[in-house]
Amino acid sequence: MPVNLDTYLGVHATALKLRSQRTEVLASNLANIDTPGYRARDIDFKSVLAAANGGDSSSVQMTATRPGHIGAATANGTVTPELKYRTPLAPSLDGNTVDAQLEQAAFAENAVHYQATLSFLSAKFRSLMTAITGQ
Amino acid sequence: MPSFKIFDVAGAGMSAQSVRLNTTASNLANADSVGSDPNAVYKARHPVFEAVRAQLGSKEMGSAVQVKGIVEDQTPAAARYEPGNPLADANGYVYAPNVNVVEEMTDMISASRSYQNNVEVMNTAKEMMLATLRLGQ
Repeated sequence: MPVNLDTYLGVHATALKLRSQRTEVLASNLANIDTPGYRARDIDFKSVLAAANGGDSSSVQMTATRPGHIGAATANGTVTPELKYRTPLAPSLDGNTVDAQLEQAAFAENAVHYQATLSFLSAKFRSLMTAITGQ
Repeated sequence: MPSFKIFDVAGAGMSAQSVRLNTTASNLANADSVGSDPNAVYKARHPVFEAVRAQLGSKEMGSAVQVKGIVEDQTPAAARYEPGNPLADANGYVYAPNVNVVEEMTDMISASRSYQNNVEVMNTAKEMMLATLRLGQ
């Protein structure tokens, strides 16, 4: 049984990477909770993951050929997700749009999903080990 | 694995918030430090935060925070008539600092909550990294 490890792991390898990048973005939002003029950002996980997996084959994809280009999914599935600004519910007078509760909830949700993706990957590796050792 | 930059971001947040706690402590400690000259008396200090933007085109997602500077409150000092005070000027007035104690207390609570937030972020990131290291075991 020839196994290509990339296809074997499926969507989970990309998902794990995206989750960790989203953790970083949300951590920045929480660190800048009192910075005047800071605007909260986030990754649209669903659309970025869809783009990383080839996405809608009928749509025309953009390719980043230079470091200054705005990221798009590249051929080998690595992604540089586009950051989007959050729509503020109640921006403060100093222009800061970080909502502490919302960011905390998003951070917790993201951490749990990261753990879930890790469990999926772990199970994949375990079944592969079972196949290799035959026990 | 979450990149090690989360530790920088959360660490910068903790450091910025502790600067804020420091200025609050200084303001509260000097809330009653009266003087005889309205210009020389203690003025309330407040830090100004700034986001550290990533370079254009770099792969970095997050932006840390830094203290851009500490500004002095320019509200004029309140004059109090206390002729018995050894610091009183020729007309019997002493000048109290423009520290608003209630404002400082709320600022202190806000700073300590934000600090705790950053500690939690760091803890969670650490647990995620350790879980990733255990992957496949």
